[in-house]
Amino acid sequence: MSQSADARGLNVNRVDAKTISLDSNWGSTETQDKFGNIVLQRCISYFRGLHTTAFLESKGLEVINSMDVSLTCGNKLLTTLKLEKANVPTPRTLFSFTAEGAIGSLQTIGYPAVLKPVTGSWGRMVVKLNDKETAQAMIEMRSKIEGPLNQLFYIQEMVDRPPRDIRTIVAGDKIIASIYRHAAPGEWRTNVSVGGKGDICKVTNELEDVVLRAADTVGGGLLGVDAMESENGILIHEINNTVEFKSAASVCGVDIADEIISYILDENRR
Amino acid sequence: MPDDVVVGEIITCPDCGSDFEVFKLHKNEAEIKPAETVGEDWGE
Repeated sequence: MSQSADARGLNVNRVDAKTISLDSNWGSTETQDKFGNIVLQRCISYFRGLHTTAFLESKGLEVINSMDVSLTCGNKLLTTLKLEKANVPTPRTLFSFTAEGAIGSLQTIGYPAVLKPVTGSWGRMVVKLNDKETAQAMIEMRSKIEGPLNQLFYIQEMVDRPPRDIRTIVAGDKIIASIYRHAAPGEWRTNVSVGGKGDICKVTNELEDVVLRAADTVGGGLLGVDAMESENGILIHEINNTVEFKSAASVCGVDIADEIISYILDENRR
Repeated sequence: MPDDVVVGEIITCPDCGSDFEVFKLHKNEAEIKPAETVGEDWGE
């Protein structure tokens, strides 16, 4: 993206959130002088990005993506609730707050099921629970991990789907690129970080409709919308706030970085 | 070290596999430091 911006002669200021010090006394002009008039949030740390976005928005800067969008997309429970409310197809999910509650959720949803952390990415700590014995062990293990977020049990139905999912990169109301992510042999997760391989995906009318509705439901912006092909049609299972696109860029033949820069410029003109 | 390396880029040592972050560039030389370890909230 830096190269695309440079090629267009844009003045880009890359700020490392690891080293900055944000001052509550700054005014909007002072903040804009330091950060520019529009900010693309690319922090790899969700919480670091969320809080820097909150600061910048409070000082009147536009941030892509907004605080509300970041908050929603970074929390799978909040994302599911918004999708359900908007009637965007999404897997059935149960939420519990103790190990005991989680076991109860599993009795309701049955096996196999999927246990996911409400925050997190790259397939980390996403586990398939094939039976009660496995589930009890995993729930007990999860409940012993420090931190309040680990006491949120997000338990989802296991969707019968091909060994792939669909990652669609959306900017505003436009689909930039869409790829299949094929799970690696012996792996059921499709994340590229655990060996998933990208392949170009033709965007059908159904996929376009569901993906764009999903993006709009969470507030829009630059998003990575993840979908599955179920027996009942496309389901949206996750929406990513700081979408990565190395795999998509290598297979889809679209200059994704340049499309993103175009989107930012369009937003800046509004 | 790639020719087009930029500040903030993560590079991996081809010998030991350790990750390093480029934190300063001057002329043709880069200063590096050990990269942050992957955090629980890292990702998309």
